Amino acid sequence: MKIFTYSYSISSQRRKEREGKTNSQVYFASSAPLRAITLALVLLFGVFSAANAQKDSAFIKRVLPDTAKIKLNMDAVYNRPFLTVGKLPIAIGGYLEANTQYSATDGVSDDFSFQFRRFTLFFSSTIAKKIKFLSEIEFEDGTKEINLEFAAMDIEFHPLVNLRGGIMMNPIGAFNQNHDGPRWDFVDRPISATTILPATLSNVGFGLHGKYFAHNWIVGYEAYLTNGFNDKIISNTENRTSLRAGKSDPDKFEESNSGLPMFSGKIAVRNRKIGELGISYTTGVFNKWKQDGLVLDSKRSATAIAADFSTSQFNNRLYIVAEVAKVFVDVPSTYSQTFGTQQWGGFIDIIGTVVQRKVLGWEKAKLNLGMRLEYADYNIGKFIETGGNIADDVWAVVPCIAFRPVGTTVLRLNYRYQQQHDLLGNPPTKTGIIQFGFSTYF
Amino acid sequence: MFVPLLIQIYDIMKQLILFANLFVLLVSCEKLVPSLPADDELLDGPVEGLTSAQQAIFLEGDAAFNNQVFTAETGLGSIFVATSCGTCHAGDGKGHPFTTLTRFGQPDTNGNQFLNQGAPQLQNRALPGFTPEQIPAGATSSKFTPPANTGLGFIELVSDADILAMADPNDADGDGISGVPNWKHIPDYLEELDNTISQNGKYICRFGKKAGAYNLLHQTVNAYNQDIGITSVFEPKDVYSGLETDPEVSTQVVNDVVFYLQTLKAPIQRNQDDAQVQQGGQVFINIGCENCHKQTLTTGFSSVDALSNKEFHPYTDLLLHDMGSGLDDGYTEGGALTSEWRTPALWGLGLSPNSQGGQYFLLHDGRATTIQQAIEMHGGEAENSNIQFQNLSQTEKDVLLKFLKSL
Repeated sequence: MKIFTYSYSISSQRRKEREGKTNSQVYFASSAPLRAITLALVLLFGVFSAANAQKDSAFIKRVLPDTAKIKLNMDAVYNRPFLTVGKLPIAIGGYLEANTQYSATDGVSDDFSFQFRRFTLFFSSTIAKKIKFLSEIEFEDGTKEINLEFAAMDIEFHPLVNLRGGIMMNPIGAFNQNHDGPRWDFVDRPISATTILPATLSNVGFGLHGKYFAHNWIVGYEAYLTNGFNDKIISNTENRTSLRAGKSDPDKFEESNSGLPMFSGKIAVRNRKIGELGISYTTGVFNKWKQDGLVLDSKRSATAIAADFSTSQFNNRLYIVAEVAKVFVDVPSTYSQTFGTQQWGGFIDIIGTVVQRKVLGWEKAKLNLGMRLEYADYNIGKFIETGGNIADDVWAVVPCIAFRPVGTTVLRLNYRYQQQHDLLGNPPTKTGIIQFGFSTYF
Repeated sequence: MFVPLLIQIYDIMKQLILFANLFVLLVSCEKLVPSLPADDELLDGPVEGLTSAQQAIFLEGDAAFNNQVFTAETGLGSIFVATSCGTCHAGDGKGHPFTTLTRFGQPDTNGNQFLNQGAPQLQNRALPGFTPEQIPAGATSSKFTPPANTGLGFIELVSDADILAMADPNDADGDGISGVPNWKHIPDYLEELDNTISQNGKYICRFGKKAGAYNLLHQTVNAYNQDIGITSVFEPKDVYSGLETDPEVSTQVVNDVVFYLQTLKAPIQRNQDDAQVQQGGQVFINIGCENCHKQTLTTGFSSVDALSNKEFHPYTDLLLHDMGSGLDDGYTEGGALTSEWRTPALWGLGLSPNSQGGQYFLLHDGRATTIQQAIEMHGGEAENSNIQFQNLSQTEKDVLLKFLKSL
């Protein structure tokens, strides 16, 4: 049971004890799927707990990410804090994020909402020398959406040649690989990273990745063949071309919708003093063009290309991350122009640390100020009927204040101002959102 | 001893101030988010005076009309014009050439001879793997820009007697204007409305560019079927196969959408007290525009109190008028001749650019891109008003246009 006390404050623990509740009783007040997984964890760790001294404070060890090593975004899946329990060969980690928000669009408000956005669990294991396993299960909006985002095995033959197989993050852009909530000072994920590129996209497949180190430089690559998107890219209720819609296929871990593999690849280069630049490329046939041997349609491809850059300067007091992506989708000319053949979007986050000192006992607490600028154009093109520009775009500016008592926990206050044009370019809808929330690894 | 205590109190005070600031921020949220545009700047929104229960139905209809996007899985097509109602009526306003409909048939009024070839409406888009419809050889066609939806419930409640009172088929008053209603047979699923007058089994239709639809249920069922390729219990035939299918939209949803259309507010005129707008209104009457674009009509009884026995200002007589050879596309519906068009309501005209991508697309097919162009394309029964408009001084033209933009 001790594993659960770790993420609770002492005072909350004592309060619950006074109320005669165990942590597991409190924890079990959540919904059924969550309860099932929690039960499994309790049993798993409970067995090991029982075999060890209950009061052994050294029993649970936190494994912090190795910040000394030069890392790439592609390392993000392993570059997380984990807990190890005794001699258990599995390390566990995760994060959760919740917030409240007040939003209004053109003066019409849904007033206040509390949102429990994500609860994510990681399990990693070193199976043997040079053989690793990692998995990530994510619960979004409580238990509304449960996704197995990562469950892959890595075998290292050489630092330049690692075989990865299983369910993996397709390396489309940097955000898709490095999306954990506590790493970001913004409550919302970037618009372009979630609606132009489909973060978080994971698929089943195999491929290679590797890195080459030289002094202050590191070059990495990834190249995977996985299952791909499906017809929902151009047949969805978003009424626009959407890679995001095309990833929502419950059968995607079982079979490829098109019967053809999708290629995802990325090359990234990082200099310790300058930063990291990555270029990624994904392409594949998304539609069910053939079934039972009968050809139903021509093969239609979806391609995404993205460039990302991140840098940390002035002794980590200034952090800049940016990503831009363009998408090409083969939409039939006889289909609706609401579904565009090209999209692009991007974002830039600029974060500055204005205070870094001991606060309330936290030795290296940080107060950050930041700004996100983001844009997405969902339909690049012109109307056949008029030659006029097709709009369907959105931009937003998001100032933020973030307090990080420790590096793995962030309290963040955001204000989002957003304007969105419809397909025709009519006067935009204006949205304002005030958000306050937290995100933390545990 | 006191110093550490004071420091502790100071720290606590700082936390309290922080939380107080956060509290102030949260309670002032309303001031930090975009405000509601003026009511007269928007076409959407319910008519005033709906009960809570009626507002709930309005919201259901609103969601179905504006948010429900059809896909292949939910019945779209297989050939279609648009994927949702809202695609053609952004903000409940007039449509854009992108979603302009094409209808085809022949020039005479003997009934559409191309029904077995997909008439009357062309589905010019198709799901992947399917081929859109083509206009068959020998057919004539016309393009129809989607109209604004606002105030339709008021128009539906104008009595047939009132419409007939405005008609002058033989131009008895000699003003050159001879509006006629479009008498048509209507589908079996439609029930006679109150205040309906029938003639030889035909009914006065009032919705659509050629007044081809009897009421909003008729209009809605047709739009689901012909625009989106969605079948219902009312219109069970699939536009692609021509075969009856299971309903792809429920009767409840159709009824909700009809209620939504019935209870959308009427457009609100802006700058009514502006002297130039008032002068423009007088010019509008003086040059004869008001002879067809009737300013004021009244509704009959309705079970919805907010619509019952109300005076409203749509600027239409709901009658067909010969608009001359320039607007004759050689296509007809019901008893309407090829050059005849139902007088379009002018209310909401000034807000059209807000739903048409920032510019005007006026007349039945959007061929006029300014109000002045639209006036100058009036012929036939409106020729005289057109000539009078062209003879106006620039100042008079300006105030007239200002008036029209205030609607």
